Amino acid sequence: MSVWTFMGGVHPQTKKLGKHVPIEKVSVPSKVELFVAQNLGKPPKITVEVGADVKTGQKIAESDGFVSVPLHSPVTGRVVEVKKQKHPVTSRPAEVVVIETKSDDEWVRLMPAKSYEQFEPKEIVKRAQEAGLVGMGGATFPTHVKLSPSKKVDTLILNGAECEPYLTIDDRIMVEFSEEVIKGGLAFARALGVKHILVGVEENKPQAIDAMKRAGGPVGVEVVKLPTKYPQGSEKHLIYAMTKRVVPAGGLPMDVGVVVQNVSTARAMYKALELGEPLVERGVSVTGEGVESPKNLIARIGTPVSELVDLAKLRENVSRVVLGGPMMGIAISTLDIGIMKGTSGITVLTNEIVKKGTEMNCIGCARCVKACPMMLEPYLLYKLFKKKRFNEMADDHLMDCIECGSCAYVCPSNIDHVKAFKTAKNVIRALGRR
Amino acid sequence: MNLTLAPAPHIHSHISTRRIMLDVLIALIPAGVLAVLMWGWYMLVLEVGSMILAEGIEWFAMRVMMKKSTFRPDGSAAVTGLLLAFNVPAGISWWMMAVGVFIAIVAGKEIYGGIGNNPFNPALVGRLFMYISFPAAMTTWPKVEWFNFTRAAFNIQTTATPLGYTKLHGVAAATQHFPSMVFNSFVGNLPGSAGEMSVIALVAGFLYLWWRGIVSYEIPVAYIGTTFVLSALFWMANPSAYLDPVTAIMLGGVMLGALFMATDPATSPVTAKGKWIFGIGCGVITIMIRYVGAFPEGVNFAILLMNALVPFINQITKPKVFGMVRKNG
Repeated sequence: MSVWTFMGGVHPQTKKLGKHVPIEKVSVPSKVELFVAQNLGKPPKITVEVGADVKTGQKIAESDGFVSVPLHSPVTGRVVEVKKQKHPVTSRPAEVVVIETKSDDEWVRLMPAKSYEQFEPKEIVKRAQEAGLVGMGGATFPTHVKLSPSKKVDTLILNGAECEPYLTIDDRIMVEFSEEVIKGGLAFARALGVKHILVGVEENKPQAIDAMKRAGGPVGVEVVKLPTKYPQGSEKHLIYAMTKRVVPAGGLPMDVGVVVQNVSTARAMYKALELGEPLVERGVSVTGEGVESPKNLIARIGTPVSELVDLAKLRENVSRVVLGGPMMGIAISTLDIGIMKGTSGITVLTNEIVKKGTEMNCIGCARCVKACPMMLEPYLLYKLFKKKRFNEMADDHLMDCIECGSCAYVCPSNIDHVKAFKTAKNVIRALGRR
Repeated sequence: MNLTLAPAPHIHSHISTRRIMLDVLIALIPAGVLAVLMWGWYMLVLEVGSMILAEGIEWFAMRVMMKKSTFRPDGSAAVTGLLLAFNVPAGISWWMMAVGVFIAIVAGKEIYGGIGNNPFNPALVGRLFMYISFPAAMTTWPKVEWFNFTRAAFNIQTTATPLGYTKLHGVAAATQHFPSMVFNSFVGNLPGSAGEMSVIALVAGFLYLWWRGIVSYEIPVAYIGTTFVLSALFWMANPSAYLDPVTAIMLGGVMLGALFMATDPATSPVTAKGKWIFGIGCGVITIMIRYVGAFPEGVNFAILLMNALVPFINQITKPKVFGMVRKNG
């Protein structure tokens, strides 16, 4: 199968420091801090009170509508506090449930737990929501919504591109749990009524490609080696590279008959179906020049970032800690927050590595135009932004920007396009334009 | 541990405007050195003096006159200064050179708000001003004297440029006056503007920039290609009046213009398609000025005219947004 790549994109050094570090399971933390808002769409509603005893896997917040998923306790213990804390993604105060661990895990499992083949398609969709599944690549869009397309879908793509520099957890998940990932993928395909299943992996993960081929080949899953280029894992670009179909601007993958799910989400689906486990733990890479020994960990949701970075041993000259990868991840000001369902990695960067420098005049070098995978003209959008001409920015397709950061990455004048574009998008939405 | 907060991306390609300008200066070294070998130490004074003066004027204009306290020199003024020194006859008076640099930096660049905001190539604005203000000095070309570093009287041994000579006396006389023109233009052994003469030095510098990823090939290929094709047509129509296309692209500043002046990022289009249009336009105008118009060279005017069209070219060559289906089918 010939693979196209997409236009634009950049080639940051991939720096997959923890590439060969096997996954370690982190012991259950003494305390978890859970943001209630962990998914795109509506956050769930808290159903427990302070003082309540909860078991591992027990629901502590109930989904609020269709585009919402419940939240489950990742430990067995007692709810000790419900507080407000600044949410790293929205930067606004958000509810946090704090649970102290009291004993070893006592599980509340989703029933029945059986082979995925014994589930009806509708039951799989329902289980995805009941288990609190969201896109684990970082977008955290509820999985069951993607499994309920309103249009005919003929292809399922499992996203194992992991194009963010440093991050290695999806790579390791595919190497070590390829069977489970494939089974989860087959369950997705069953729910969607789709026969054609593809797995996209960047070519810098040969071990993962081999493992996925071994596990997927016999059951008809096709593994596609993708060129290593950022942002290869972006849904629209992955679909284009693998099927040559172009998702229309403002549209969804299902508009071209495709559903994309992350490989870690596929594994979580498997566990939800066959083990009855809701989403209470996930894989996290702890990586970057700021740690001595990069790790790939499986940790309970809500485990404090501080505990995870301690395992990888922080260095002295740390300047930034990022939830996610360095291109799209979110910098945090404190290590005392719990990891979330969308935290695929903790990237610790040193002062030498971090992007800095004062903004200078745009020299019109057009590097951003070449880098933009959406074929936008970031230099022009930024000029319009400086003049507050938001309507013209919308006319120039600002809303199609995927905020991948390629423009800001290559800009020799140190312009922070993404920051400006996020602001402008909010203004444009407020103006009532798409 | 002091954690910093900033929006993504958190890493950078480490390409900076300063590094780009430094690379351009490095790329201009071969032509600059050859010019000194051909015309002597005075040329070095012009080159280095222009660079320093240009940076000084820019600093003064930005920091003192426009009160931009955030301004940091990026080396772009030095590039303009050096390019302007390449674009004048080697024997030009130092004060004329200084006036040219002043106009290039102030009228060509800073009044628009500094680098990136100027519609016209500043060095060419400066050269045009000098051309109009000092017509005699700007068309008095000293003879090349290799390794005569301390020559004093430039104006005594003056001559016409090959293109000017051809325009006046025809091809036959010109080839007699300037034997083996192709070879000599390749190494730079012909009278002309100080830094424009050696094709090999300019191409070497350009290849360095291309290898460094600073420039793309579209504009030079389009510009030189168009000049070649059009001059071939003229030559085939009348070989006694027009030079052959190979000689035509080697002379009259086409190389310096196509490789280093037309490729100025701020004053050229952003997309590949736009760059092709821009380069072709430069080539057409150059040949029209040379063969139909009154001037023997034409590169200066061609690039400035095309600079004026850049916003329009950018408008008509907007990339098609990924996922946009053209309306009306």
